[in-house]
Amino acid sequence: MLHTFVAYVEDLPGVLTRVASLFRRLNININSLTVGRSERQGLSRLTLVCEASAEAGHRIRASLFKLENVVDVDDIAQAPSVTRELALIKVAATPQNRSRIFDLVEVFRARIVDLTSESLMIEMTGVESKIEGLIEVLREDEGRILEICRSGKMTMRRGHHVSSVLKAMGAVEETVAEQNREESQENTLPSTLD
Amino acid sequence: MAAKSNANTQSSNAHLTTPTPLTGSEILWATLVGEGVDTVFGYPGGAILPAYDALRKFPIRHVLVRHEQCAAHMADGYARASGKVGVAIATSGPGATNLVTGIATAMLDSIPIVCITGNVSSKVLGTDAFQEVDITGITLPVTKHNFLVSKADDLAHVLRQAFQIARSGRPGPVLVDITKDAQQATAIFDFAAARPRPYRPHPMLRVENSALDHAAELIRSSKRPVILAGHGVMESGAMEQVRALAERAQVPVALTLLGLGGFPASHPLNLGMMGMHGEAWVNHAIQESDLLIACGMRFDDRVTGKLSDYALKAKKIHIEIDPAEINKNVKVDVALVGDLRAVLEELLPRVSARDGSAWLKAIESSKGAVAVRDIKNLPDSGHLYAAHVMHDLWRITGGNAVVVTDVGQHQMWEAQYFHHEQPRSLITSGGLGTMGFALPAAIGAKFACPEKDVWVIAGDGGFQMTAAELATIVQEKLKINIAIINNGYLGMVRQWQEFFYERNYEATPLVSPDFVKLADAHGIPGRAVRTRAEVADAVNEARAAKGAFLLNFLVEKEESVYPMIPAGSALHEMIRRPGKGAKNPLEETAQD
Repeated sequence: MLHTFVAYVEDLPGVLTRVASLFRRLNININSLTVGRSERQGLSRLTLVCEASAEAGHRIRASLFKLENVVDVDDIAQAPSVTRELALIKVAATPQNRSRIFDLVEVFRARIVDLTSESLMIEMTGVESKIEGLIEVLREDEGRILEICRSGKMTMRRGHHVSSVLKAMGAVEETVAEQNREESQENTLPSTLD
Repeated sequence: MAAKSNANTQSSNAHLTTPTPLTGSEILWATLVGEGVDTVFGYPGGAILPAYDALRKFPIRHVLVRHEQCAAHMADGYARASGKVGVAIATSGPGATNLVTGIATAMLDSIPIVCITGNVSSKVLGTDAFQEVDITGITLPVTKHNFLVSKADDLAHVLRQAFQIARSGRPGPVLVDITKDAQQATAIFDFAAARPRPYRPHPMLRVENSALDHAAELIRSSKRPVILAGHGVMESGAMEQVRALAERAQVPVALTLLGLGGFPASHPLNLGMMGMHGEAWVNHAIQESDLLIACGMRFDDRVTGKLSDYALKAKKIHIEIDPAEINKNVKVDVALVGDLRAVLEELLPRVSARDGSAWLKAIESSKGAVAVRDIKNLPDSGHLYAAHVMHDLWRITGGNAVVVTDVGQHQMWEAQYFHHEQPRSLITSGGLGTMGFALPAAIGAKFACPEKDVWVIAGDGGFQMTAAELATIVQEKLKINIAIINNGYLGMVRQWQEFFYERNYEATPLVSPDFVKLADAHGIPGRAVRTRAEVADAVNEARAAKGAFLLNFLVEKEESVYPMIPAGSALHEMIRRPGKGAKNPLEETAQD
């Protein structure tokens, strides 16, 4: 199954290697990895998606926590969450055939962010399938796509986050057992959105 | 073995209380002193020279090794014997890479060591400068954590953190790589201010009351329980608690190789070692068990055999400090994820006395006529078997020794025939199985407990991997007794070739030097032993010798370790000892 982990890691040289090396050691391919600054000073937030057996989730999370630079790990599993990806797509387009692409961009609610006489650049945010959809349609016109740059997935849980993130921030004082109960309740919420 | 006294001792201790400007090199040693280090094992070189230059000002004894791998093994042996953090030091490049096997050995067995390496100046890092190697990159998968320090200001804090990481939670090796310019630069040293951030236990530790109740209920209702005691018993200091649990609930205890000594061998509830070379009744008891209580062990493949056939009738309780070990190899029914000793202290009040006599009797009867057929009661056939040597060593020393074994057949015979009553009395490389470990690890162990008798037991193959450390023993004037179990083969590999590769003894016959002459060349007396009749006298001569002594036991060449579970077989599918009349006179010690 597809696992999604969100982790807060110290913003230091070599930390990404340690995270990546763990997956290499477990012989698990990383499907997608995004890293950037978080709301917490000195900490980066990463979203990591990988394919592994259902039982592997526990061990991966436990092993991530064993890395000294990893401050927090959330196994999103099936919990209600929002996942987005950003894509920049450069398309060959002349003033003569631009308008067709403009129409596509409109339909997909994407944006044109750069325009030259030979090409234009599309910025698109959305779930993976939506981005795949736009790329597929653009490909129908042979040779149009010049470059694709995709960010990989970013995931955030929906609603009030009661798990260890807030606890690690010191915002919530709760026992491990309580936290565990809340997390398991949260996991059973029906996923009505998205 | 007292720490080198030094006129500057006073001033170096003053550094610990008063912020003082020091060079990075001085900060290194001052921080080690502050962390309680009095002995380090190392080898100098260009990139670590500033540190060595400052060493004389500090009350730390430096042991010059003959190969950096051995520095790591010595730190490891020191840590295993003392429970404290061992320290190894090496230069950049080859010095650092030579440490790697020793670091991996400590990693696989969860041993707290701190390795310090010099590196080229930060200005030339990454330029393939002379003797530059990316040692933090290389050791990333075999350390619990590692650091690259390029500023003297960071050094004290990083080192203190390294010690904390090495000894906390599930212990392990930490490497600190220090650039030459960081050693040379000056910074304000403030030991107290450099204290590491508060220790953060693994967030997934979990010992719920309901799980404790469930565990107690499983113990109460079980008919055929077995405690599986591992290395965690020692690391957690839970010997008393394991014993209390075993005695109160009358549960027999099986031990892993690294668990030997964690529960007294002479205790009536001690079954002995489990796994690949465990006695038949131990593995049978596990296979027949209806409840396994795993204490600080990780269900290693050498312990479980084929997982799909492992203890199928048993519920499993796993008490373990590392959450990543839970359900890794064996799916468990109750996980108590925390420090073993603390968990057992919570569990014990819930466990009441229990009658286990029927199960104990059943195990006892499965042993067969052990007393009659045990090796110690066999008549002397004129042959010298390694098992004889182990048994006699145990008998003569009364078990009062720290035994450091290498890897291979002798390691298993030692585990079978030398009975360990005390924790930390057996030091051996279990997880990585590093040949060449014994001699250097014994040197480390001797520094950790100079008052104890230290015995090296090594095969002729493994001994030659690190035999150069004989010179270290002489230079440091150490009293270490060395027993080489010499069968002219890489014995365990030969045994596998015999069993599984149609006796194709490819690359296992081994020519060795005359070990007694080799010892003599180092100024170490020695003696060859060819018959069982000579064993006791030889052992006593070694013990009585003032300094180190080497015994070269020329044992049967093609003897194998029995019983044996072939890799990938179920725990009850073992190769038994050949019967009477067979080439091998040793008898199986359990009924089929």
